[in-house]
Amino acid sequence: MSVAITLATTRRILTQLKHDKRTVVMMLVVPSLLMVLLRYMFNSELAFSRVAPALLGVFPFLIMFLVTSITTLRERTTATLERLMTMPLGKLDLLFGYAIAFGALALLQVALATGISVAWLGLEIAGSLTLLLVIAMLDALLGVALGLLVSAFARTEFQAVQFMPVVVLPQALLCGLFLPREEMGWVLEWLSNILPLSYAVEALNKVTATTDVDGTLLRDLVIVAGSALLALVIGAATLRRRTP
Amino acid sequence: MDNYSAVVVEGLRVDRGGHQVLHDLTFGIPTGSITGLLGPSGCGKTTLMRAVVGVQIVAGGAVTVLGKPAGHPSLRNKIGYATQNPATYADLTVRESLRYFAAVLGAPRTDVDRVITEVGLGDHADKLVGRLSGGQRSRASLGVALLGDPKLVVLDEPTVGLDPVLREELWTLFDNLAKRGVTLLVSSHVMDEAARCERLLLMREGRILADETPEELRSQTGQYDLERAFLRLIADSEVPA
Ligand SMILES: Nc1ncnc2c1ncn2[C@@H]1O[C@H](COP(=O)(O)OP(=O)(O)OP(=O)(O)O)[C@@H](O)[C@H]1O
Ligand SMILES: [Mg+2]
Repeated sequence: MSVAITLATTRRILTQLKHDKRTVVMMLVVPSLLMVLLRYMFNSELAFSRVAPALLGVFPFLIMFLVTSITTLRERTTATLERLMTMPLGKLDLLFGYAIAFGALALLQVALATGISVAWLGLEIAGSLTLLLVIAMLDALLGVALGLLVSAFARTEFQAVQFMPVVVLPQALLCGLFLPREEMGWVLEWLSNILPLSYAVEALNKVTATTDVDGTLLRDLVIVAGSALLALVIGAATLRRRTP
Repeated sequence: MDNYSAVVVEGLRVDRGGHQVLHDLTFGIPTGSITGLLGPSGCGKTTLMRAVVGVQIVAGGAVTVLGKPAGHPSLRNKIGYATQNPATYADLTVRESLRYFAAVLGAPRTDVDRVITEVGLGDHADKLVGRLSGGQRSRASLGVALLGDPKLVVLDEPTVGLDPVLREELWTLFDNLAKRGVTLLVSSHVMDEAARCERLLLMREGRILADETPEELRSQTGQYDLERAFLRLIADSEVPA
């Protein structure tokens, strides 16, 4: 691994995004707009405050998953990956380069959505704002890591998009956003227990509701970060220098 | 392994898509030479180049590059490789794209401007690669192979779609590289480019038909025109012995 190459990769990806202003604006603004939409859909600050924390985790996860799976797939299918693999670039340089670039973007995205929710939409955050941003960032990184991973199993961008209902939707449905996890049947609760997004949402709810940082919260953080790292490492294993 | 050969291929076999596409290839490429790799579409030129730069899974045999097995980590900043399909980022400008690859290679930043001039993209350096014409895009991709200080440059059909003037300029550039001791392996469909090579590797259906100088090929087949010489060689190879 080389820090210089990783940062050069991050810079390259951010430069690519700079030339695609529409994507950047959509990534930054859409989650905030959806929060506004939800607030007026519920038409009640209380009801909005119940779902908002979870959504601050789900949005970056979903968007980063989509963006990453498509951009890395493009790298695999155009010859740029083949060419990079003949150069002194480590696989982790590439993956961390992506993770840092999209992680930074996710941070802006969540900061904006949180800021708007707190300032105008009546969301109250009892705990630490920094911690909330950290959790949302980890969610985004989890999305990045899973996006990288599925890009190895898709041949076309069309296939990559099809992974969203497979990887993202079940997590979003079972993470406790729609129904408390304890109220699900035991099969679904068990399933929800093995999906990393559930822990992210639990942590986000906790940080919003209380000031104390307890063992469960720390465990949740470790689980989300661990899952993201695991997906990144498996993603690295799917990048091959030699191909058939 | 003699020091004299930049690339040594011994008994190379490659399977792709369930078929053997390279059958027991054996040859060497002398250091500081320009070797042309010629042959009909689908004969295995790209596959052979991929094996030399170390990105192709091989079924057997050995490929040695600059004294190391192909794909060895120490070779990674010594080989310049331009893929057949231009490999640069469509959503970066020519300059930004070259700057990134230069950073990955650890090449000096001044290389970016040098290479832009070498491939004749001075007027288009700040255009997005995706908005360039096909020939310009392939030159942007070729530029990446010239970054840094490569000892071996592998170019897969670098002059496709270029006009005669540009082709001439690029071949002069290749000549200059070879004079500095760089070894070049260049594939082409165009037989008039074969005359610019010191050595020719003629391939057909995954085998080497001839490994010789253009002069040898002409005298062996009695054809001055290299295209005819090549056709002759194919015809001869099909006559049952
Ligand atoms: N990705 C792949 N998977 C399976 N088979 C492949 C793949 N790429 C090439 N082949 C097969 O390998 C053989 C050699 O292909 P290769 O690309 O090396 O030919 P080539 O000489 O470079 O042709 P061209 O001049 O058209 O570029 C062909 O028969 C082709 O069908
Ligand atoms: Mg080819």
